[in-house]
Parts: sequence; C-alpha cells; structure tokens
Amino acid sequence: MANSFSQIGAVTAMNVRNIPERWASSLVAVVGIAGVTLVLIAVLSIAAGFRQALELSGSQDVAIILRSGATNEMSSGFGQEGVTIISDAPGVRRVDGKPQVSAELYVLTEAKLRGKESGGNLPFRGVSQTAPKLRKSFKLEQGTMMREGTNEIIVGKGVVANYEGLQVGKTVRWGNGDWKIVGIFSDDGGIAESEAWGDARLVQQVWGRGASFQSVRARLDDDSDATLKKLKDSLTKDPRVQVAIKREPEFYAEQQAVMNTLINGAGWVFAFMMGLAAIFAAVNTMFNAVASRVREIATLRALGFGAMPVIFSVLFESMLLGATGGLLGGVLAFIFLNGMQSSTMNFQTFSQITYAFTVTPELMVKGVIYGLLLTFIAGLLPGIRAARMPITSGLREL
Amino acid sequence: MSWLSLTWANLTRRKLRLVFTLLSIILAFLMFGMLDALRTSLSESVNLTGADRLISLSKVSIIDSYPLSHYEKTRAVEGVDSVVHLNWFGGVYKEGTMQIPVFPMNVEEFFKVYPEVKITPEEFDAWKKDRQGMVIGTVLAERYGWKKGDRLPIKSSIFRKANGSDTWEFNIVAIYNVENSAGWDNQSAMFHYDYYNESLQFGRNEIGWMTIKVKDPAQSEAVAKRVDTLFANSADETKTGTEKAFTKQFMEQIGSIGKILVSVVFAVFFTMLLVTANTMAQSVRERTNEIGVLKTLGFSAGAVLRLIIGEALFLTIVGGLIGFGLAILAVGGLAPTMKKYFPIFEIDSSTLVVSLVLMVVLGVITGLWPAVTAMRLKITDALRKG
Repeated sequence: MANSFSQIGAVTAMNVRNIPERWASSLVAVVGIAGVTLVLIAVLSIAAGFRQALELSGSQDVAIILRSGATNEMSSGFGQEGVTIISDAPGVRRVDGKPQVSAELYVLTEAKLRGKESGGNLPFRGVSQTAPKLRKSFKLEQGTMMREGTNEIIVGKGVVANYEGLQVGKTVRWGNGDWKIVGIFSDDGGIAESEAWGDARLVQQVWGRGASFQSVRARLDDDSDATLKKLKDSLTKDPRVQVAIKREPEFYAEQQAVMNTLINGAGWVFAFMMGLAAIFAAVNTMFNAVASRVREIATLRALGFGAMPVIFSVLFESMLLGATGGLLGGVLAFIFLNGMQSSTMNFQTFSQITYAFTVTPELMVKGVIYGLLLTFIAGLLPGIRAARMPITSGLREL
Repeated sequence: MSWLSLTWANLTRRKLRLVFTLLSIILAFLMFGMLDALRTSLSESVNLTGADRLISLSKVSIIDSYPLSHYEKTRAVEGVDSVVHLNWFGGVYKEGTMQIPVFPMNVEEFFKVYPEVKITPEEFDAWKKDRQGMVIGTVLAERYGWKKGDRLPIKSSIFRKANGSDTWEFNIVAIYNVENSAGWDNQSAMFHYDYYNESLQFGRNEIGWMTIKVKDPAQSEAVAKRVDTLFANSADETKTGTEKAFTKQFMEQIGSIGKILVSVVFAVFFTMLLVTANTMAQSVRERTNEIGVLKTLGFSAGAVLRLIIGEALFLTIVGGLIGFGLAILAVGGLAPTMKKYFPIFEIDSSTLVVSLVLMVVLGVITGLWPAVTAMRLKITDALRKG
C-alpha cells in the first residue's frame, strides 16, 4: 500500500513538472474551463444580486402587513384606522411608548433608464420619518434626510446608478407634483435602493389617495414565532381590519420567485451545455498529454509502476488544470462583474428592481468545484486508456 | 491520391480526437442556433405589433387609472377606428400568489381592435349574452386545466365587491389561441367590464388603459397626439404611443437579455476557437515527420498550407453544419411550445448566412497558425524529428 502511494506521488510529481512542456494545450484547457466558469458565475451572480436585493434585505423581526388577498404592496390598501389598530396590536415593539411601525404608500412613476431609449417604472414610496428605522441597513450616503411635510425626496443608490439625471439638487415632476431630490441612501444592496422616498402625506395628496396607505411594516418585540403569532391572532380576530401578515424575508422571497427560477434555470442550462463543450476540449487536451507521453508511460509500467498511479496522475493533471481554470474564471468574474449595476422588472408590480451583480465567495468556490468536476470527467477516459496500453507497443511508439 | 482522401486520412488518424473535436464544434453551433432563435424572438416581436394600434395610458404611470368618460371622448377623435378599454384585475386563482392577467373590458370592441385573436361567431354571441362569461387563452387553460363550460371563482388581489367579497364568478365561454402577435398573448383572460364595474365596492367608472385602432397606420402619431391634447391640462392626462413603442419599452425594462445572450454566444465561440486550434496544432506537431516526407515528395509550401487549412475547414464546416442542422430541428421541435409564449420562435435565414461565415472564419483562423508552422518547416529538420 505504502509502495503504491509513493508510486502515485512519484508519477504525479513527474507529470506536473512536465506540464510546462505542454503549455500550449494545457493553457487552452485552462482558458476553456475559465470561460465556462465565467459564464456560470456571471449568471449566478445575477441571482445572488437578486437575493441580496430581496430575500436578504428583510429582517426576521419585521412583519409586513398587507390587506388580506393582496399579493403585493401595490394591490393592498388600508385606511388610517387600520394603521392605528395595527400600531396598537400586541407584539409590536415600542420604544419610549412609541410603536415601531411605518405606514407606507407604494406608487409608480416613470423615469428615463440609462442607456435605454425609454423610461422605466420607478417605484415611489410615501413614507414617514420612521421608515429608515424599519430597514435593515439604511444609510444616508449623500445629502440630507427629507423633511416631513415638504416636497423633498431621497432616492436609493440603485436608482441613481440605473436612471438618468436623478442626482441631489435636481427637481423632478412626478404625478402632477414637483419633488426635490435632497439625498441618496443605501441599504446594503436591499430592495429599498430601487426606490425613491417622499413624504407620505404629500404622495397621498398628489396621487389622490385620501388618507389611505398600502402597507405597514412593524418591528416585533423579538423574532420568535410566538410573538408573530400573538400579533397575527390579535389582528385576524379584529373585525375592523382584514390583513395578511408575513415576515419580511418570506414576503420578499415570494416576490422574487419567478425571476429566481428563470435565472437559476437559465444559468445551469447554459453552464451544462458549455460544460459539455469544455469537457470535450479537456478530453482532447488530456489525450494529447497522454499521447505525447506514451513512451514514458510504457517505460514506467515496464519498471513495475501499477495502472492506478498512471490513471491517478492523468486525473490529477487534468483536475489541476480544472481548478486553475475555475479559479481564473472566478477571479475574472469578480474583477469585471462584481458590483456592476443593472435592473429588471418585478413581474408582481411591474416596477423596476435594481440589483448589483454579486460575486460571493461561495460562487467562486462553486466555480472551482465545477471546473474540477468537468476535468475529472475529462481525465478519466484518457487516464484509463494510458493505463491499459500494452507496454510493448507503447515502447515502440514514436 | 486526391486532396480529399489525403485530408480524410489525416483527420481520421486519431479517431477519438476527431470525434471529440467535432462534438464540441457541433455543440457550439447548436447553442448558437438556439440562442439566436431566442434572441430574435425577443427582438423581432417588436415588429409583430399592430402598426395600426395605439396604447393610451395615464400619464402618471402604468398603474394609474383614469375616468371611463375618456373612452367615449376618445372614440370621437378624428382618425380613431375602434377603442377597447381594459383594467388590471389582479386575478388570483385559489391559494395562488401569482397574479393572472385578467382584464375587464368592453368585449364588443375587443375583436375589432385585436382581429388576430379569434373565437367563433357562436362563441362571441354566447359571450355577449353571458354577463359572467369569460374568454381565456390556451396557456391559461392548460396551466389550470380549465375547459369551456367551466364555472370559475377568481379572486381579485385589488378589488372587492360591494358585498365585501373579493371573489368573482365566471363561466368560460371560449378558449382562443393567437399566433404571430406581439399585441396579445395566450396567457390572458377577458370578461365584461359591466359585470366588474357594477359589482365594485370602490373605484367605479375607472379604466386602466385603452388600446386604440386607428383608421390609417400612417396617421398613428397624429392620432396619438390628438388624444393626448384632448386630455391635456385635465386631472387625468394621458400618454399615448404606438403599440410598438410600448412593447419595446416593456422589453427594455425586463433587462438586457439580448446583451447577455450575445455574450454567452461569444464565450462559446471563443472556447471553440481554442479547442479547434489546439487540436490542429497537436495534429500538425505529431505529423512533423510526415510533412517532411510530403515536402520531399515535392509538395510545395503552399500545398502544405492548403492541406492543413483544408483539414481545419473540414472540421468546422462539417461540425458546424451538423450542429446548425440540429439547432434547426430543435427549434422546430420547440416552436409549438414556445409560440404560446413568444410571438415568433424560428431561425432567421440571415442567421444561417452568419453561421456559414462563422464556420469558414473559425476554420481559417484555427488552421492558420499550425499551417504556417508546417509550411515553414525545413525538410531536414522535419525528417530528423521524432
């Protein structure tokens, strides 16, 4: 056993030392694998950016309350009375006697998308001063916070990146009202970055919504199921309101369901087809590698080296190329794609969601694993072939 | 020995390598064909919109509505042929969380504006008589297993009836299937505006948008302007544009799918270039000795160059044709399914030309370097090798 291990070590080391002699074809395999991994990671990083924008932007201890039957904020609606009842409900956290709730409106407006001919449906949220407290990582990046009762608005980082001319100091005309941009905020890639925020009372007025709101976000006493149940029980029993209550992450996960399936599905289909092509490329490379060493392998076998060490050495070389290619693809994806801003449509509300390509460490690991897997498959056949070659004919080869 | 048989002998000296190289080229052209069909179906759908149709939305945003009175006023505008008004109902079936595109509308006008959507005259009569009648597209029928004659409860995620219920009852009177239209799809359901409007708790006499058919497509822009002028400076201004512009804007908002597809195709071809070039280089390296012999026999440098480029061309053209042929078959096979969702799904004839050019270019590029190396070989060096 010890002998066979040392054989494996010896043959593999010799193999690896020889790679520079075959640099051209090895390089092709590495670049091929890198290309495939790059495409895979690129597509999956869109999905990761989406996850960042939706699922991960919610907090476990924040409940989003909509009118029952509503599938999103846009189709929901409450009167002032409903908001008061929710604010007074048990399970809602209070700080200095004040309930931590944010009643909000959700309307759409239109603004010109960068690099496109036409406008995008920009979500415009009517909020109060408590709204930032109910976002996970709200941070004012530039300018000032909007003031209550004024036409001042703040816009998300994603909005600035994806639309034209929405900078601090600009005045825009939305829904028969003039709004002055006074600040830019971020939310750690969360969905709020796709939105513009204005004073709820003014949005109600301009959009003719009376005193109604569309959603209420409430911070709970804690993130336990018991607390959520307490709130749910109290509100569902109350005949004055008809509500559906969800934790924020759960709500956002539903919102992105369609897009997620699409992106992940397409990503893996591309990756599979390109992976097949890459396997063929790597098989050729490894066959070439074996072919150029026929005499050498036969000599080893004649000296008493077993078949396993030969197979192993070919596999090892193949997978070394795969790991290098996978890593290269990951690094390229990180350098060129990470943080790139883009936007797409949320089919639930027809509004634009902005997101950033997010190349996470997990994705880079996935890329390397994918490269290893491809080259393992590709190395197997040439490896076995090398090991099974009759020694005498091998020695006679060119 | 003819050129062809010499090329063939060279290619088949390592059969496994030939097979794998061909497979990767086949795969590349298969992907190219299919992705391009997808790309064209996305970009070309804009051209399948009705040239004589305008969409009139609230100027504020696509979700804002305006009064029903806009409809009668618009019908009277010069150049307008017919008008259908629609609302977004936010339909939900059973416990679903996905909204179904269900539209209350003035059904008499619908088929005038969208003549490509067809049901039989008997079905149309039955629909007009049945207040709760609903017409649905094939995709919707298949997805939920609905049949003609079914009675359906559909909830609205937005609206309530005056009695507090959010569930409307419908009878399916017809199922349509529309092809080659970017104006209307097979995932929609239509029902009577009156049934909707009269049951509403709030928001009565409001409409979401109008689709206007103009008498003369050449006058589209002028008619659009007339409509917008009519409502200018009112509380409910409109924004009217061609169906084409509307579809284009919608596609643009979904994102840069076209750009992503092109990048993938580019990546595929780059990889293929490497694979084929590598195979050719390796094959020439192995044959150094033979090339020496060929030259000794009197083959000129140019003949050797042609021989090797010929081999590369053979690989890319044969592989490319097989791959593209498979793509045509695959697209043809998928077309019936895809056409329910996309107005078109086919390989454009221009794509065939592009792929032929690609095959030749790929062959020449991949063969060039090994060929030049072989051409420059000195006979004495070549014969000494190996």
